Parts: sequence; C-alpha cells; structure tokens
Amino acid sequence: MKSIYLDNNATTRVAPEVFEAMLPYLTEYYGNPSSLHRAGSRAAGAIKEAREKAAAFLHCREQEVTFTGGGTESNNAAIRGVLEAEPDKRHIITSTTEHPSVLELCKHLEKKRYRVTYIDVDEAGQLNLEKLAESLTEDTAIVSLMWGNNETGVVFPIDDIVQIVKPHGIPLHVDAVQAAGKIPIDTRMTEVDLLAVSGHKLHAPKGVGLLYVRRGTRLRPFIIGGGQEKGRRSGTENVAGVVGLGKAFELAESYLTSGVETTRRLRNRLESGILSKIPNASRNGVPELRLPNTSSLNFENVEGEAVLLLLDEIGICASSGSACTTGAVEPSHVLKAMRVPPERAHGSIRFSLSRYTMLDEVECVLKELPPIIIRLSRLSATG
Amino acid sequence: MDYNATTPIRAEVLDVVNRVLHRCFGNPSSVHLPGRESKACLEDARRKVAGSIGAEASEICFTSGGSESNNLAIKGAAAARQSGHIITTCIEHSAVRRSCRYLESQGFAVTCLPVDMGGYVEPGAIAAAIRPDTLLITVMWANNETGQIQPVEDIAQIARRSKVLFHTDAVQAFGKIAVDVKRVPVDLLSISGHKFYGPKGVGALYIRRGVELSPQIHGGGQETNLRSGTENVVGAAAMAEACRLAVKDLEGDSVWIAKLRDLLERRILEEVPDTKISGDPSRRVPNTTNISFRGVDAGRLLLKLDERGFAISGASACASGKNEPSTVLMEGMGLTQEEAMGAMRFSLGRYSQEAHITKLLKVLPNIVRDLRLSSARS
Repeated sequence: MKSIYLDNNATTRVAPEVFEAMLPYLTEYYGNPSSLHRAGSRAAGAIKEAREKAAAFLHCREQEVTFTGGGTESNNAAIRGVLEAEPDKRHIITSTTEHPSVLELCKHLEKKRYRVTYIDVDEAGQLNLEKLAESLTEDTAIVSLMWGNNETGVVFPIDDIVQIVKPHGIPLHVDAVQAAGKIPIDTRMTEVDLLAVSGHKLHAPKGVGLLYVRRGTRLRPFIIGGGQEKGRRSGTENVAGVVGLGKAFELAESYLTSGVETTRRLRNRLESGILSKIPNASRNGVPELRLPNTSSLNFENVEGEAVLLLLDEIGICASSGSACTTGAVEPSHVLKAMRVPPERAHGSIRFSLSRYTMLDEVECVLKELPPIIIRLSRLSATG
Repeated sequence: MDYNATTPIRAEVLDVVNRVLHRCFGNPSSVHLPGRESKACLEDARRKVAGSIGAEASEICFTSGGSESNNLAIKGAAAARQSGHIITTCIEHSAVRRSCRYLESQGFAVTCLPVDMGGYVEPGAIAAAIRPDTLLITVMWANNETGQIQPVEDIAQIARRSKVLFHTDAVQAFGKIAVDVKRVPVDLLSISGHKFYGPKGVGALYIRRGVELSPQIHGGGQETNLRSGTENVVGAAAMAEACRLAVKDLEGDSVWIAKLRDLLERRILEEVPDTKISGDPSRRVPNTTNISFRGVDAGRLLLKLDERGFAISGASACASGKNEPSTVLMEGMGLTQEEAMGAMRFSLGRYSQEAHITKLLKVLPNIVRDLRLSSARS
C-alpha cells in the first residue's frame, strides 16, 4: 500500500537532492571543521557554503546564521540566550498559540521568577495586537511569537508586530519553523532580531536547524564548550546535516517562486472538497492569512483520533493536533485559544501538504474521508 | 592520524543511514504508520546504545552530540539541586570546563583538581575535596589530548560512598576501551557518535535510573521530557550501529591499533631528536600518543605535515583554532610552555596502516630539523 503523506507540518521527507548533497560529507569529507589540516578545512568550507545559502534564503549576513541541533533548540537558545544577556529584566511576552518549545520553556521560566504575558488570539487565530502593544514594559526582556502556526497554519502579521515592538528596543524572536520554506522570509524587510528554523520541516534531515541572530543582538550562548559557531553554539558541527540544510534552502527558494502555488491550489481543493462533501464540517481559522500547505478542519460528533486511525489503515497520514502532543488526550491548546468548542476541537484533523503532494492523492482523500466521518458520526449518534 | 578529532563513518553505519532515512522518515511522535515505524527505529537504537555500555534502554537520552550531553549532565544535575559544590579536574574537555565555569558564575562552588605529571587525577584528592554540599563530580574517562585513562572506577566508588553524583565524559573512551556502567557504576556518562565511526550531530547521555536532572531544552517533551525536540532518528540509528560495531570489534582493534601506535611512538622518539611523550604511557587509550618536539611550534609542524598529506592535530580540534599551548598539558601536567607549544597529538584508528607511519617517518625528521633551524635563525 502506497501511503499518502499529508502530515508535513510534523516532519517532511528528506529531498533526494538534499541527501545527495550530504553524502560526500558522510563518506569522503569527514573532517572536523575545527581541525587545521586540509580534511578539516574542507569540512569548514562546506559549512561556510551552507551558511551562505542560509543567509541568501533569509536575506541576512552570514555572521547572523548560527547552526543548531533543531528548531526546539533554536527557540530555547534564543529565549534563554536573551534572558541571560539581560538578567535584570524579568518579563517575557508570547502568545497562547505558540509551539511547546516556547510555551513549555515559558512555563518553566515562570517558576524561575519570570513574569510571562500570554497574548490571546481571536477566533481566526489572529493575535491581539492592541494587547501586545499594551503589554510592552521597561521590564520586558523579549517578545517571542511564531510566524506560522503548526496546527492551523495561521500566519501572524510579523511585519506589524515588528512595527509595534521595535520602537521599544525589545528583542523580537520569531519561531519560523513552520513558515520557513512555505512563505517568503526576508530579514531586511521584516526586521526581527532572532528567528528559528528547523531542517526537517523543509525537507532537510532531523537534528539540524538554525538560529538567525541580527547583528548587535545581545545573546548568551546556550550549549557551551569548544566555541564553535563563533562561540554561539559549541559542539562539533553536524557537517552533513548542515550541508543538507543549505541545499534544502536552495530548493525551498525555487519552490517558493514556482511550486508553492500548486500546493496552495491542492490544499484549497482538498479543503473545499471536504467542506462541501461533509455536512457540518468547518475550518479552524479563516481561509486567508494561512500557510499555503495547511488545512485544519473540524467535524461534528467524531473523535479526531478515531478518524486518524481509520485513515491510517488505508495509508492516509494526517494529524489531529501537533505531533509533539498527540500522545496527550487534552484538546489542542491552539484550538482552545481560538475558542473552538471542545467537542469540535476533539473532532479536528490537520492536513499538511508538501511539494511532493499530488492531485490524485488529494482526490483519494476526498473519496475516502467522507464515508469515514459519516460512519463515525452515526456510531457516536447511536452510541 | 587525527581520529580523536573525528572519524569517518563505517560502511555498515552508512548503510543504516541510507535505509533509515528512506524507511523511517516519520516523526516518532506521530501516531500514523510512518510515525510508528520511526518510533520503533528510535527505540531499537536506544536498546542497542544501552546494550553497548551495559545500561537499560530507559537510561539513554539521545542528544545532538558530546558537548550537549556534557552540558545537559552538568547543568541539568546542578539545576535539579539549585545550589551546591562541584568537583572537576583541570584537564577536562572545554564543554565540561565551561559548563562548570558557567555554574560558578551562577553561584555554584567549583573545585578544579590538578593532575600529576602522568596526567592522572588522584582519587584521594577527590575524596578529600568532597564537602557536605558536593552535588557532582565530573571527571573524564579518557583525555582527548593525551589519551590518559582516569581512575574512574575508584572515583565511582568514592562518589557512591559519599552519595555524590558522578558524571564522566566518555567521549574519547567509548570505542577505544571497554566502557561498562555495570562494572564502573557512574551516574551520568556522555558519548558522541562521530568519535567512533558514527555520524556527527548525534550523541547520548546515560542517566542511571533514579538520577534526577533538569531538562535543558524544553518543548514537546521528547526523551522522557529531558530533551525536547524532534528526535534525530537517522542519527540515533546510525550511532546505535556504530556502538554495536565498536563493542564487537573492540578487542581485536585495540590490540593492533596499540601496536601501530607504539611503533609510531618508538620510531619518532628514536628518529627525531629532542622528543618526549606527555603523560604516563602505561595507562592510555590504545590509539593516542602526545609527543612534544622541543623548540618546534606545533602549529607550523602541523601545516608542514598537512602539505605532505598528513592530518595531525596540535591539541584538541575544538581549541586548535587558537594558537595557544594546551591548558591540559601546561596547567594540568606541568609541561613547560616550550614543551606544550611543541606538542603534537597523533591518534590512530581503523584505517591506519603501517605504511602511513613509514611514510611519515620519511619526512618528519627533516621537517622538524628545518623548523628548528629556521626558528634558531629568527
């Protein structure tokens, strides 16, 4: 059975071109980039090249790119690094719909005598910008907000947020793990101070990511030791992973100019097809201001988990919430924040497409999903 | 001859990378089939890594490498206890040294013990340094620059008797000598994939059951909430295979590699005048020798050898960007600055050959002589 993978916000397949680019650094050029001999400088050169590609993708300077072990590490490194650089400031601003790598860290910091303001969102998932403006204080050390939401695909207006935060001179960190490779990111136009990217969400391998740090941003290092990455992130560089990430940025660049509209059309087709075929199905959030690949839908009288299991049996992979918390039975904190009624939140499914999603896969879901939903809702109506 | 800096990936490990990358691409937290396959693959890797050091699978936490493991062990142990005292040595890897220094800046007390001329920390000195508020002892199993094996068994006994946690950085020991947490009852132990023919970007921290650590990376709660972030499944599987192979081949490899190392060492001492081994040759990992070339700048020697196609390190790769003499050798083992400046680390491995040594010795005496002449002239 060929599987139809519509869970690309959880993780993506490594692009064949990415693996091909990595391979020489797994075999022939295995040196330690810190070594002074040629084997070392070859590896260091590969890292430099990947850094150039990352900088080109983000429209920033090479020195502003720090490679890390992934998106979660990048988010942790950004927030903790800024807090440690400004130990006297004890206030953090974030939102109620952030990824756990930001929310859980903030909860931890609340126990460490930090004050956290969680800005609410409206029913469309959009941030309360007035509340954000009101919440900025002298004591605020950092504002951390996500660009694209992993569960709903809702995109925050980062440009507007920059306009609000920047005049106060407070560092703005943006979790762009879901946005990178799906919408354009230009740090010249959008003057964020820090920005996190994860490789495996854009067809690079797991275990590598980056943190963009605008020049002049005060940041204490997170993992310390040999002083790699100009002292920002110690540990022998994951050379092959970094090379893969560089290649993934190159591919993402061309996808954003020539492929993403196809993805958007397929997503729209999937979504409108489901909404028209299944009674009382509705969308979480509004159709605009979303990532082009994500569709979060809710259904009446069904358990999302049950739908997922039946879809899985026929090889269709989707998600009920974020993968990181699917073990939990709690309804999604994101949908709760959007005031989706609990029974609807429990009946929510997320489809997330990629550049590899095909029309016939979308058609197959449109054929298979409605009978599953109808069957399950009958069961729950009679039970 | 720089296997302590990093190692090439073994063919069997590359096969695993290839297979897992294509078959287990899902997110291990996802409930669908690709997710479950990935999860199974990750847990299989965990069992293999655990098996290779005599641990239980539940005692293995995957990380992004040795430095992160060391950071997690030390900062995590400290954060779980809020305040207290840490004992370490002055020959630790920078990831340990700087983690301890960081904790010092956060109000923890740190005792940094010296080593003797042979490069050993004296277990008695550790016992004497323990205070009522000591929370952690961190001493490396084997030193990256000299290969000295530290008396971790004795230290583990002392730590156990005093009910103090013992962390050991086994990054340079695992794969070179037997590392078994049943035989040596440490509480925390770091390993790094790329030091034993696995990939870069993956490592593990062994955490003895019942030992409490505070997570350093918060988020989705992966790795039993100790280390959040989507797991590097391919890296973990590849490292697990490297672990399995390391244990399988340890006995055989360590014998012939030691012979080769001894040959290299003997020939350098015989054929290049004014050379000296750093540390006690009797208790070293089998692949490493650290030799001082008196009156020679190791940095220049390294470049000359590199021109001839020999990859050798002046000190540890992590610090070698800076042209400073090794703190391990000077502060730690009492070498003079001149001796430390001329120290070269030769570290051999699976793909080393006697022919490499023959070739090296054809050029080394002349290069050293020329460098000495030119520095005498200037």
